[in-house]
Amino acid sequence: MSIAYHLDDATVVAYAGGSLADCLSVVAAGHIAMCDHCRARVRRAEVFGAALLDSLQPEQMDAGALTRMFQRIDGSDWTLPQSGKVSIDSTLPDPVARLLDKPLDQIRWKTTGPGIGLHIIERNEDGSSLFLLKVRPGHKLPDHGHAGQEMTLILRGAYRDQIGRFAPGDVADLDEDTEHQPVIEEGEDCVCLIATEAPARFKGIVPRLLQPFVGI
Amino acid sequence: MVIATIVTDIDRPKPARNSQAEHFAGLLNEVAETRSRQAFAELFEHFGPRLKAFMMRKGANAELAEDLTQDAMIAVWNKAGMFSPGKGSVTTWIYTIARNLRIDRLRREGSRYFTDIDEYEEASDDPASDEVVISREQDALVTGALDVLPADQREVIVMAFMDDMTQTEIAEKLDVPLGTVKSRMRLAYRKMGAVLEDLK
Repeated sequence: MSIAYHLDDATVVAYAGGSLADCLSVVAAGHIAMCDHCRARVRRAEVFGAALLDSLQPEQMDAGALTRMFQRIDGSDWTLPQSGKVSIDSTLPDPVARLLDKPLDQIRWKTTGPGIGLHIIERNEDGSSLFLLKVRPGHKLPDHGHAGQEMTLILRGAYRDQIGRFAPGDVADLDEDTEHQPVIEEGEDCVCLIATEAPARFKGIVPRLLQPFVGI
Repeated sequence: MVIATIVTDIDRPKPARNSQAEHFAGLLNEVAETRSRQAFAELFEHFGPRLKAFMMRKGANAELAEDLTQDAMIAVWNKAGMFSPGKGSVTTWIYTIARNLRIDRLRREGSRYFTDIDEYEEASDDPASDEVVISREQDALVTGALDVLPADQREVIVMAFMDDMTQTEIAEKLDVPLGTVKSRMRLAYRKMGAVLEDLK
């Protein structure tokens, strides 16, 4: 798969630190599962963690910590983690498939406008949300800016906007000040996984973030 | 730097930074191949107190941090055979184990979403990555790069990696726009990239 649009460097850093906001993190993981390039970038950024771990002022361990350690090792019936359960939809990257309880083709979409189907996965009190969007070929989404961060992973079909052409595997990791107006390519529905995170001043106003997509 | 200052009560001479990384890789290999408790004890002695400090950064009390450290080191013992030197240093590997554990246990809801990139390594059939994979020899240089980062860049890296703060939380804490936090992270990342490029 040839991927043209990747994660922002800042996203790579936050992901490697384990501190990317939850909703954004799952979209990033979906992209990383498909993208060797970004996987290598995350690995590189993880070295920051190693360097910092090494420079922390060590905390003394309890007396007998090592003995306890070996006791646990001796007593454990530990086995290596089973390599994953069967994916609900093997056409999707694992981190995305894990969010669904049925294959993408069987998902029930809530029609929120002409040609637009919405499937909300999560909508949080802190204003962040995670949802799937399915848009008909040729459809034009409203021109919109972003109240907060928005990250979009293309799963099916393709769209074009001011930035370029986004196809499966591509991620649009947009700054909050980026405005764009995606136009879906002819041929196939475009299905995307989208995460939004509200800035502090909008916390609790979820509909505002969904507004461009659902036409509230 | 405060590296390697606590490894005092072992027989071997205190290794320099690069050879320390080699040394850890050797110890981990011994753990994997022969289940050497002596080698493991040495790793535990070095990493245990650092992992405990790491866990306490996020607000775990000493008791919980001790437990989490034990869990992380058990994972090191059990997964030693899965460590691949080509993917980075032992310290980086142990950092990722501790990071994942901390997300699992100390974060309210993050665990469902966080996916470790190790989970995809096998899935990939394209080994030709266009990025440098960090070898263990390069670790020390990155540590050096971290030390020379401007204070404002280093600060956001510390908050993201050690204090588990999201970009938005960092922006609020520092009272700067989100874009500023991101650009500091980008600059820090590129600076590290430049250090690695120089090695080529």
